[in-house]
This record gives sequence, structure tokens and C-alpha cells, in this order.
Amino acid sequence: MTLPEFELYRPEKIDEALEILAGSPGAVPIAGGTALIVDMRARRVSPPVLVDIGLIDELDGIEVDGDEVVIGAATTIAEIKKSEIIAEHAPILREATEVFASPAVRNRATIGGNLSYGSPAADTAPPLLALDASVELESAKGRRVVPIDRFFLGVRKTEKKEDELLTAIRFPIPPSGTVGGFRKLGLRRADAISVVSVAVSIGPPADGKRMVRIALGAVAPRPIRARKAEEALTTARIDEGSIAAAAATAASEASPVTDLRASAWYRKEAVEALVKRLVLRAVEGGSDG
Amino acid sequence: MDKKPIRLKVNGVERVVPLFPNVTLLSALRDLGYTDIKSGCEKGDCGACAVLLDGKLVNSCLVLAWQADGREILTASGLGTLERPHPIQEAFADTGAVQCGYCTPGMIMATKALLDVNPDPDEDEIREAISGNLCRCTGYAQIVEAVEEAARRIARRGEDDR
Repeated sequence: MTLPEFELYRPEKIDEALEILAGSPGAVPIAGGTALIVDMRARRVSPPVLVDIGLIDELDGIEVDGDEVVIGAATTIAEIKKSEIIAEHAPILREATEVFASPAVRNRATIGGNLSYGSPAADTAPPLLALDASVELESAKGRRVVPIDRFFLGVRKTEKKEDELLTAIRFPIPPSGTVGGFRKLGLRRADAISVVSVAVSIGPPADGKRMVRIALGAVAPRPIRARKAEEALTTARIDEGSIAAAAATAASEASPVTDLRASAWYRKEAVEALVKRLVLRAVEGGSDG
Repeated sequence: MDKKPIRLKVNGVERVVPLFPNVTLLSALRDLGYTDIKSGCEKGDCGACAVLLDGKLVNSCLVLAWQADGREILTASGLGTLERPHPIQEAFADTGAVQCGYCTPGMIMATKALLDVNPDPDEDEIREAISGNLCRCTGYAQIVEAVEEAARRIARRGEDDR
């Protein structure tokens, strides 16, 4: 099937891209195209103008900036998967890239695209929620930094305005001793849209407390944090009982739908089981999850 | 929407074609005669259209031809010919990894992408490497065997084969 008609711009600088976005109503950025082209072919969307950001070097790459890790929005999932910086500082994000679609898709799909698309099942969203990440949004008018928990508004809805470009993702380097894990349930091992995904991150104990992050994908209109479950584990002694209780709480915080991939009931059961398993494994066996 | 001359280096040969922006790399290559690239799901699920773009495996149905401007593309027909097949192609033929053949060019490119970075993969690595390529005939066992056999043949032939 042919694609609908559109004008295609290929700027080499962020500023040029922002000018095109500002001056062309309905313009949409394209990077890997692994989601957008599929939607355009199915006539779900027909943007009149596409702005290919693949030639903008400033948007590509992973670096440590002080006590933060910064990932350019056009960095591919494959680059993140093999990055030593990510392996060292954000193993839960790396785990998500390992089960992301397939090798050919990972070579094109970008982290900025995965987030901007606004899918509740975006594979990189739960780890980034657990990492307390923020996204940088730029427009011709200026730049703002939005915590990722406030970025997702609903199914295919994000905080990003039409004239804005997601330019980078940043997160604080977790303190040493942080453990965690990521799990995705799909209907097959490759190229699957998540039925449920869970990311867990647990910081080292300090003053009888610890930082706990439990993030859930594909069980609400947007990727969410299970804040009550997090809170329950922040001060409690972590044992089988408290983990089981927190996992049940996390399931109650999910508001899944029944669709062709799974029933709402199943998704809640899966959240409970995965949270339990990930927390248990994190506290017992390091970051392997 | 206007056409623009797009420069594609396909299997070592430079081609310049005027193309509209909404033409995919898949359509552009097939229209140029590279019909070894198959059109399958056109959603990035099946891998039948896989090619190497600057050495990396991509689904050509999800790349705009303009995005491939000035870049190098390798397809299964650029790897070898009937007269001079590449060891990967020989291995697929010899192990019975080809039944209807529709997935084969994509499988071969996924194999090439794997063996370029990992000349001695284990079965898990092979299954991971072809995880974006669907075959509805073989049940994959012979394909995994073909990739293992290809790795052995390339190792035997050494440096001179690419």
C-alpha cells in the first residue's frame, strides 16, 4: 500500500527543524518511522508535512553530563542496547531494549519516537519512569524540561505540543547499590506489543528508608507509577509478606482494559506476579532482575 | 509534493532515481528491479523486506527512500549469484532451509547482519537475530541449522569471502 502524500523536510540543525515545525501546521517529526509509517500506511494519520530529524547529529548519542545521563532523542534502541554508559548506570533500560521489537526495528526506532508516540505500552517508558527521567521539549519559542511522569497524558497523548520537538531524555545516575529489573509479557518473544510491562528500581537503604520505584506499562491509558506500592516498600522491612502486599497494591493501582491481547483480569494478575518476582529477585540477586 | 533525485548505492552500483517523498525504500528498490526484496506485511513484523542499510539490518518497508539518499544498500542478490553464491546462500540451499522461499532473502540478510558482528553464534543468538523474520513453512529448525552451517563455511573460507 502506498503512503499518503506529504512534504518531507530533512534539516541538519535543531533550529531549522523547530522553524519548520513552527511554520507548518500539522507537521510531525519522523525519525526511524517504525510506528509512524505503519500508521500512515493504515491511514490512521496523514500529516501534511514530515520533518525527518535523522540528519541532526546533535540529537544522536549518549553521554554523562555531571550526575546525569543524557540520551539524544534520535538515538536508536540498538545504540542504547549496546551502550556501556547505559549498561553501567541504567541496566533496567538496557533490559527493555533487549526485548524491544526485533533487531531490524531496533536499528531504526529511536527512544524519542518511542516516547513521543504516546503508547501506554511503550517499552522504554517503565524503565524511564523508574529512573526518574525527564524529557527536554524544544520549540522555536524556547526549551522546557518535563518530568516523564507528567509527559504521558493518555493513549497517544503527550505533553509535547505540535510545534515542539522532543530533543533529549535525561535521568540522574542512580546511587551505587541500586537494584532492579524489567520484565515484559508479550504474546511472542519478538516483535510483540507488551501485554504488561513492569520496571522496578530499589535504592540502597539510608536512615531506615529506601527509594522505591515501581512503573507499569500497558495497564492504564498511560505508563504509570504504582505510587502506593512504592510507598509501602519505602519504609517497610522487605520480606515475603511486605513484597506480596505491595504487589497486590500495585495490581490495584492498574486500570487495564480488555483487548485482543489480554483481558483486564489477566493484566492485573500479571502485574501482581511480575512486581512480586522483580522485587524479590532485585533484593536477593542484585540488578539482574 | 515533488520528486527529487535520490542517490542509492545498491549492491555496489550507484543508481540515481527521481522519487516522491512518500516512496518507501522497498518500493524504490523493487521498481529498480531488485525483486529479491519481498514485500510482506509492510508493518515491520515479518522481515521479508529486510536489507542492510550502511551495514545495518532494516525493514525497507519502514524506510523512506529519501532517508536512504547517498547511503549503501545490500540485498540478497548483491551477496551472491546463482553462479557464485555466498556461503550463507549455499548453506540455506543445502540444509533445506528454503521451502516456499518468500522469507529467504530477508532471512539471509538477517544472517549476514549477525555473522558480520558475531562469526560464531550459539542457537539463542541465532534465534534472536532472526526473531524479526517470519517463516510460515519450516518451523525454523532448518533455518537455524543453515545459519550454523553458514558460520562454519565462512570460517573455513576465511577472509577472502565477503
